[in-house]
Amino acid sequence: MSDIRYVAAESLDEAVKAMLAAGGQGKILAGGTDLLVQMRSGAQNPGTIVDVKKIDEVMQIVELPDGGFRIGAAVSGAVIGEHRKLAAAWPGVVEAVNLIGSKQVQGRASAGGNLCNSSPAADSVPALVAAGAKVVIQGPNGRREVPVEAFPTGPGRNCLAPGELVVSLTLPPRPPGSGDAYLRLIPRTEMDIAVVGVGVSLTLKDGVCTAARVGLGAVAPTVLLVEDAAKALIGSKLDDAALEKAAAACSAACKPINDKRGTIAYRTKIAGVLLKRATAIAARRATSNVPGGMH
Amino acid sequence: MAKFHVTTTVNGEEVEFLCDAQDSMLDVLRGPLGLTGSKEGCGSGDCGACSITVDGRLVCSCLMLAAEAQGHSIGTIEGMAQGDRLHPLQEKFIELAALQCGICTPGFLVAAKALLDRNTNPTETEVRYWLAGNLCRCTGYDKIIRAVMDVAADMRKGVAA
Ligand SMILES: Cc1cc2nc3c(=O)[nH]c(=O)nc-3n(C[C@H](O)[C@H](O)[C@H](O)COP(=O)(O)OP(=O)(O)OC[C@H]3O[C@@H](n4cnc5c(N)ncnc54)[C@H](O)[C@@H]3O)c2cc1C
Ligand code: FES
Ligand code: FES
Repeated sequence: MSDIRYVAAESLDEAVKAMLAAGGQGKILAGGTDLLVQMRSGAQNPGTIVDVKKIDEVMQIVELPDGGFRIGAAVSGAVIGEHRKLAAAWPGVVEAVNLIGSKQVQGRASAGGNLCNSSPAADSVPALVAAGAKVVIQGPNGRREVPVEAFPTGPGRNCLAPGELVVSLTLPPRPPGSGDAYLRLIPRTEMDIAVVGVGVSLTLKDGVCTAARVGLGAVAPTVLLVEDAAKALIGSKLDDAALEKAAAACSAACKPINDKRGTIAYRTKIAGVLLKRATAIAARRATSNVPGGMH
Repeated sequence: MAKFHVTTTVNGEEVEFLCDAQDSMLDVLRGPLGLTGSKEGCGSGDCGACSITVDGRLVCSCLMLAAEAQGHSIGTIEGMAQGDRLHPLQEKFIELAALQCGICTPGFLVAAKALLDRNTNPTETEVRYWLAGNLCRCTGYDKIIRAVMDVAADMRKGVAA
């Protein structure tokens, strides 16, 4: 154990070089709330730890000229929760990030770490999928972008190639009348792992849903984008028939496991229930987000 | 592998220490720095007994590498009393018997102070959620919550500092 190296990279280039030099034994350190637990249990045994928290781009939240946002991969949940404009534009994303762990965990845990740890139950990921977030990746061959839903490839696995790291997550601009929400079911009220998590983002115009995306977590090897659920919502007034159809699409997308937190039948049913509830919250937020709309 | 030489601030004073890459901040506080007020209940972020602040943010010191402390400002339970004068939260915990074995107490105090530094008017629900990352096997929590609510009320009245 004592030959572990720790590098506090000052730039993305330095971080990429340190990861390459570590030859597959490198681990990026953001908040460490997954990595340090895994190192202690012996599940991870990195040769080099590359801390990215000295790199500005990874630690900033920036409002983009087009109205979107860029969230640095290692920005903590506590800092994300205090960003008023971000919370106003993307309340669902922010509430999902803020559900991660306790206040102590929030002081360090990042959305980038949540995504890169690639747990199927990661709370921020269904909300980011619903939001249409893009993952900005830096590596030996420069920069590339992938949609969040294409990032995880299996439990604990993702599409990062050797030497690559996540720089930031970008959220698109918000048309008027948009809202998002994230709901999870856990057996306790705090500090537990999601049995099901559902993120919904939608846009309403004159009461009709003109755009929607649905992200579903903890019910398959990776977080899912459920296009059939979105299709059921788009063009509807979010009436009962449309909600039932969308809920059924969520249940149909489930490929869950049986475990002590929930059976397959339970998770499948709850996925639909949470879809309806999250849609109702997103719709309420969308209505209060229209100039002259309900407040 | 050579040890890391870290310069940081602990409770307002500059300190230096040597550590290995995998040493946690909690290891270094309790070991080389001799600050044993922060406790290790779990080592996995679940119990909050190791709570400290880093640049004013509440974190678990068991989930932070000591090497990361370089250039930052650490606050521990040892920095809470001013000399012999206990912090109002410490006094209230004693007055209301909000501790029994005391293992969880430093973590609860550091976490509660971080809350009241931001918000002196929390609801009981807010206090309970804020302290959800601190576990206590003895008190049943109610006395702890009561103590924090009381100190908040005193602060609003200007009775407590
Ligand atoms: C007590 C406790 C409660 C928790 N509760 C929840 C919960 O309710 N919901 C939930 O989803 N999670 C929970 N977690 C898990 C964890 O806190 C989250 O997954 C968190 O978001 C991880 O972020 P981090 O910054 O701490 O990541 P780290 O631990 O620093 O990193 C996680 C993984 O991602 C890699 N990584 C990090 N950043 C990057 C990057 N920029 N580029 C490439 N790779 C990177 C690391 O190498 C590591 O493998 C909990 C953890 C604890 C200890
Ligand atoms: S010892 Fe750090 S949270 Fe339990
Ligand atoms: S007083 Fe014993 S654990 Fe809290």
